[in-house]
Amino acid sequence: MPVTTIDNRQVHVNEEGFLTDPAEWDEAMGKALASQIGIDLGDEHWKAIRFLREDFAARGETPTLRRVTVAGGIPTKQLFQLFPQKPAKKMAYVAGLPKPHGCV
Amino acid sequence: MRRLLVLGGGTAGTMIVNKLRRRLPASEWEITVVDRDDDHRYQPGYLFLPFGTYSPDQVVRKRHAFIPDGVELVFGEIDRVDADSASVHLEDGRTLPYDYLVIATGTTPRPDQTPGMLGEQWRRSVFDFYSFEGASALAAALPAFDHGRLVVHITEMPIKCPVAPLEFAFLADSWLRDRGIRDRVELVYVTPLSGAFTQPIASQHLGDMLEERKILVESDFMVERVDNERKALVSYDEREVPFDLLVTIPLNMGADFVARSGLGDELNYVPVDKHTLQSTAHANVFAVGDASDIPASKAGSVAHFSVEIFVDNFLELIDGKPMTGAFDGHANCFVESGDGKGLLIDFNYDTQPLTGRYPLPVVGPMGLLKETRANHLGKLAFRWIYWNVLLPGRPLPLPALMSMAGKVVPADDAGGPRSAPPEEE
Repeated sequence: MPVTTIDNRQVHVNEEGFLTDPAEWDEAMGKALASQIGIDLGDEHWKAIRFLREDFAARGETPTLRRVTVAGGIPTKQLFQLFPQKPAKKMAYVAGLPKPHGCV
Repeated sequence: MRRLLVLGGGTAGTMIVNKLRRRLPASEWEITVVDRDDDHRYQPGYLFLPFGTYSPDQVVRKRHAFIPDGVELVFGEIDRVDADSASVHLEDGRTLPYDYLVIATGTTPRPDQTPGMLGEQWRRSVFDFYSFEGASALAAALPAFDHGRLVVHITEMPIKCPVAPLEFAFLADSWLRDRGIRDRVELVYVTPLSGAFTQPIASQHLGDMLEERKILVESDFMVERVDNERKALVSYDEREVPFDLLVTIPLNMGADFVARSGLGDELNYVPVDKHTLQSTAHANVFAVGDASDIPASKAGSVAHFSVEIFVDNFLELIDGKPMTGAFDGHANCFVESGDGKGLLIDFNYDTQPLTGRYPLPVVGPMGLLKETRANHLGKLAFRWIYWNVLLPGRPLPLPALMSMAGKVVPADDAGGPRSAPPEEE
């Protein structure tokens, strides 16, 4: 696995730049990852990111957009405003998790 | 007497009862299968109904004809599963107890889940082809369409047979060319994915095929509603795709009784171990075929290959032994590409669809990810195999687990990590 430096720390990433070890993530890292894709994290962003982290810890996989809406209680419309164009991927990227599996 | 109860007499359920009735002594095991009606539909055939390639009678047979002697077929609507008391309640008040339960009730298109989809344009200019009724209605409407924007649309993944919308677009292109009106029609492919398909190599091939056919792709499109007045799809990020004829794949969901029974995820799929299909909540409950949440394609081939593993595992389980079989997510799909040709893709949880030959290296006879006449004929021949070999649970000489033989593995381009992927794709 390639190693890269984000927020002055070495982290393991896949070929698309997603962190491969969720344990290498903390909220400072989340902030740095968000700035890589031009997002400045506010409270509403953090609500989504924290849901992703908790749900991943509980179920072992990244929640889909639908799950963030249904189980996390954040409307899809809002997720598109917070993480424009590709909210599912962008949220996973910022949260240091793999891309959601929904698409096979 | 022990009881095996199978909910759903579709592809997976029918194969399971056929295989297990032969392996479980009738003096020890009672096998029951529940379904709501007596029509078994060959769902891959729906794709061909709108273009008149198949007639309705070619895709429907009587369900009971495929259920073997010694298996009771019960007709009824399922109200709920009570996993704690190991029984299933039907809506008419009957209760069916079980020792082991298999949920094989599949997935269903749900146009009711998208605002406006069932509006006044439904089955006037808005159609689906994932239901028998929808495909038949589209067959009646398509001949009148001779110009304008034809939009093929996927609401949300996962859907059953994820290649079918692409096939529909290819067949529509071919059909329009045959009628000499392709230049009067704008063909648009609207998808929530970032490209034509989910897996990189296949997505590239299939994306190129869309481009060659001048089919426009609108990607990353998550539909919020259908605007009936303006005849347009509207996304959550406020993009609009106007249409004259919309062929949509509605949201696909597992059965509602799964949710009522507290056994489902947010799309009513049953969470299971992806290698054994055993429920993560109840050791005597399995979900096989499209009804489970395994990260594989929702497709008949996955049902077929996973049933083979499930049956052997089940026999071990009831003998008190550990289950030794592990399903690998093997899927194998013919992709119609129009003009009497097709592609074949073969993949699993870990290996994406690759180029090469199938099932044997070099000689094939099927080409992987390549348009050939043989693949098209294979697809058509499969209907006969489905009714006569697959459903009765007779052995098909294809391995259940995916094989790398004949596949071309791309050289790993060890490109360095990229820092901002979500913007780039």
